[in-house]
Amino acid sequence: MSISEASLQGRGLSLWRGDRCLFQNLGFELTNSQWLHVSGGNGSGKTTLLRVLAGLTMPESGDVYWDDKRISRSRFEYHRSMIYMGHLEGLKGDMNPEENLRFHYQLRDKQAGERIEMAIERLGLQRCRSLPCRSLSAGQRRRAALARVLVSSATLWILDEPFANLDVKGRELVEELVSEHVEQGGMAILAAHHEMHINGGTRVPLELS
Amino acid sequence: MQTPGMLDAGWSLLVRDIKLGYRRIGELANPLVFFLVVATLFPLATSPEKELLMEIGPGIVWVAALLSSVLALDTLYRSDMDDGTMEQMALSPQPLAWLLLVKTVAHWLVSGLPLVILAPLVAQAFFLPAEAGPTMVASLALGTPTLSLIGSIGAALTAGLRRGGALVAMLVLPLSMPILIFGARATDLAMDGLDVTGPLNLLAAIMFLALSLGPIAAAAAIRVSLD
Repeated sequence: MSISEASLQGRGLSLWRGDRCLFQNLGFELTNSQWLHVSGGNGSGKTTLLRVLAGLTMPESGDVYWDDKRISRSRFEYHRSMIYMGHLEGLKGDMNPEENLRFHYQLRDKQAGERIEMAIERLGLQRCRSLPCRSLSAGQRRRAALARVLVSSATLWILDEPFANLDVKGRELVEELVSEHVEQGGMAILAAHHEMHINGGTRVPLELS
Repeated sequence: MQTPGMLDAGWSLLVRDIKLGYRRIGELANPLVFFLVVATLFPLATSPEKELLMEIGPGIVWVAALLSSVLALDTLYRSDMDDGTMEQMALSPQPLAWLLLVKTVAHWLVSGLPLVILAPLVAQAFFLPAEAGPTMVASLALGTPTLSLIGSIGAALTAGLRRGGALVAMLVLPLSMPILIFGARATDLAMDGLDVTGPLNLLAAIMFLALSLGPIAAAAAIRVSLD
């Protein structure tokens, strides 16, 4: 898998919720083989920042640039190169993990077929592949959502609390997957409030207060 | 990576939504049962005289259809909003307006179309003459998709709220009045053996207007609801 040159920049980002300022005049730059570690306590605006970077929430001022183009202007291009995993898994309770993955990629990528098989195996979902997601545990659903990230050939991964609900093996697996992705030239943005052991690429810290 | 075309993506979404609809057959049947019950309440509350029922029949069928389609709106975007699928759709390289249009079509196929098919049965209960039947079905076939399309804007606006049910009705019902007027009027005219092309053409015109502008407004509303 070859990953092309790309860059993500935040310039002068500010956002308020009510009269509380979550972040003001925030800027950063991320290029290939770098990962952004967004840290901060509960309620410090990690999730909101990640939603701004994904293009779901509009910042009050400032802009996010992908390859020097505003993401609000080149939405399709950006969304083709980015995958977002939020608090909600985006899985249909009435469909099994495999159906969910297949459906997701019917909207995104025609060539995802074989990679789905591989991702199910890698995330250890073989045993629950034919169970409806409604009956899976929170950790298994998290794994299914991670399988979706793994299937994508996106350059940029935006993962909000990827370790939530995962067991020790699951956490190690996430660290391993992100390391591999960054090592191959990908970019990742992770929000987490504890230490992570990502062995590849360069860590770019960003702390919200 | 090869992004699928709009038609391929739309088709898989349509198939998924219809499949999911049938896995929740109970939720799907509610608006239909509601339609039948509301329509049968009127003869009980007024009088079973044939003349009166014939007089009010077309109007009642239309009001019942309107109310049941508003009731069905709650299921349109709710589950996709709650489980995060909508987020993922908004982040897919497909136009959101197109995806929402497909969802609305799927929603109409499982909630509106059965209503159109059931309507002649209800018409029987109101002694509507057989020659008015085809006009009534035609007017409902033109009117109920419009109700779904207008309703999708209301559903999108309230998708971010916990309890949007009553609000949707207040947003959507005033906008649906023209459809109600022309729909009931067409059936009335047909019962008197008069020309019905006027109201039917107007219904078709409103449908195409809603078809072209509705999804764009709904997509903008969903982006606001996701913010």
